[in-house]
Amino acid sequence: MIGRDEVLHVALLARLAVGEEELEPMARELSAVLDHIAKMGELDLSDVPPTSHVVELTGALRPDEPRPSLPRETVLAQAPAVSDGGFLVPSPQA
Amino acid sequence: MRDGEPQDLDAGAAADGRAEAFEAVIGLEIHVQLATATKMFCGCELSFGEPPNTRTCAVCLGLPGSLPVANARAIHFGLMIGLALGSELAPRSIFHRKNYFYPDQAKNYQISQYDEPLCRGGSLEEIRIHRVHLEEDAAKLIHVGSSGRIHGSDASIVDFNRGGTPLAEIVTEPDIRTPEQAGEWLKLLRSTLRRLGVSDVNMEEGSLRCDANISLRRAGTEELGVKTELKNMNSFRFIERGIRAEVERQRKILSEGGEVTQETLHFDPASGALTSLRSKEEAHDYRYFPDPDLLPVAIDREMIDLAREAMPELPAERAARLQRELELSPESAQRLAFASELGDYFEAALDAAVDPPPPAQMLANWLTGDLVARLGDGEDPQASRVRPAALAELVGLVAARRVSVGAGRQVLDSLVAEGGEPQAIVDAEGLAAMDGAEELAVIVADAVRANADAAERVREGNSKAIGPIVGHVMRETKGRADGTEVSRLIHEQLGV
Repeated sequence: MIGRDEVLHVALLARLAVGEEELEPMARELSAVLDHIAKMGELDLSDVPPTSHVVELTGALRPDEPRPSLPRETVLAQAPAVSDGGFLVPSPQA
Repeated sequence: MRDGEPQDLDAGAAADGRAEAFEAVIGLEIHVQLATATKMFCGCELSFGEPPNTRTCAVCLGLPGSLPVANARAIHFGLMIGLALGSELAPRSIFHRKNYFYPDQAKNYQISQYDEPLCRGGSLEEIRIHRVHLEEDAAKLIHVGSSGRIHGSDASIVDFNRGGTPLAEIVTEPDIRTPEQAGEWLKLLRSTLRRLGVSDVNMEEGSLRCDANISLRRAGTEELGVKTELKNMNSFRFIERGIRAEVERQRKILSEGGEVTQETLHFDPASGALTSLRSKEEAHDYRYFPDPDLLPVAIDREMIDLAREAMPELPAERAARLQRELELSPESAQRLAFASELGDYFEAALDAAVDPPPPAQMLANWLTGDLVARLGDGEDPQASRVRPAALAELVGLVAARRVSVGAGRQVLDSLVAEGGEPQAIVDAEGLAAMDGAEELAVIVADAVRANADAAERVREGNSKAIGPIVGHVMRETKGRADGTEVSRLIHEQLGV
């Protein structure tokens, strides 16, 4: 069973604001997910390599050839705020 | 802790009267920007000082629906690095998402590798390699304080030009014991990467960056202590100083019975201060998982053959060749081969057809001794005013005794300051060796007369007393006289 401290820790890592009243339901739901995974973990899969991808393809590589970049106006048009040709963001050091 | 003898850690502790000696255990993580034309997962060209956000696209901006595809040349360069380090090349390699929130990543994850890296194991000289993996670089943040142009708030400006640049991360085993060893080994790694041609390896411009993991243990024990991570040092000098400062900090804590806290530190070379960057426990919870957007990379025979064919001569092989073919001393051969800028200069000088030709060992001595001393350690002689052919010509003249060693050094001073041709400088300054033995004999006789006391002591068997007499001759001849010949003449005239 996941405790409220773990919920708060995961919420911090995901930068999610979780209200006090949400802590208990979320702990319950996350625990149910983990229980389900634990159930699958009971299967003996010692001879089965982990599946990192669901398609069996490999080797899709790109030749090292330049393609045009986007115009800066287009790029910066998506920014909530712009300064000196860059995306203006709250300082992570603040 | 005393200053001045930081490399002799045990002696330092003993001198302070402490019973316990500590040994430093150091591992390095080196990030190398690969010299591809385009980014790791998209076709944007790499940036070299272009205006901010002019080398970006949907992929490297992390826009929804975009699909990254790995750069074949970056994989090729990664395989070359693995071959150079004697690593095991993974037949199958996958990319992971490393999740963290910081404005230098628009996707909120960095594409990196986790438990299936491109290369595992290997070594470079005495230091074992843990792994080599590929990843993408982060964007550049320019921090603007409240005192800066943006008033009233602390803000940052994000430039995504660098975001997505291919990086190889090389991780060593904790086999390094001193700050000096770390610096020397890193120089060898840089030479190796430069020879491979996979990176510009310029620390000041950030194409080679180094983190160090540092812990201390009691001498003679095997158990590792709590380690700290020293981040992003951007010059060889700072790396050595930063590691030294951290080793001393930990030694002080442990000597006083305290405990080292696991944390990430930043070394400020200006103040010498170490500051904690962030809580490691939180920051390292990266929740890696395989990136579903990127297919596994299968390394086949053909890719490995291509990498093998592209391999140049590496520093250890070069040292062996210089020793074998030119009969250089092992020390000279290693010095030239392990600092590839010196080796390249040396071979260019040897290849310059000058008459008389310089003997190889003598050329090596002049380059690694006289010229390096004048330029400063770590400076690339290729960037100096002294052309390789000019050094070759000068050493040839000295070897043929047309210029004395002392006069040759004056010519080198002039070459370093202003460039030019050695023979022309010799002619203009009147620095040619004296070929009239009689003329020199007269000057020696004058010098013996003028230094009667010294002459008497030499006669009595005090060979060191010859100094003032030689000095007199050299002043009179402006250093053009051959030192050995002067010494012979003095002894002859004094009958000893």
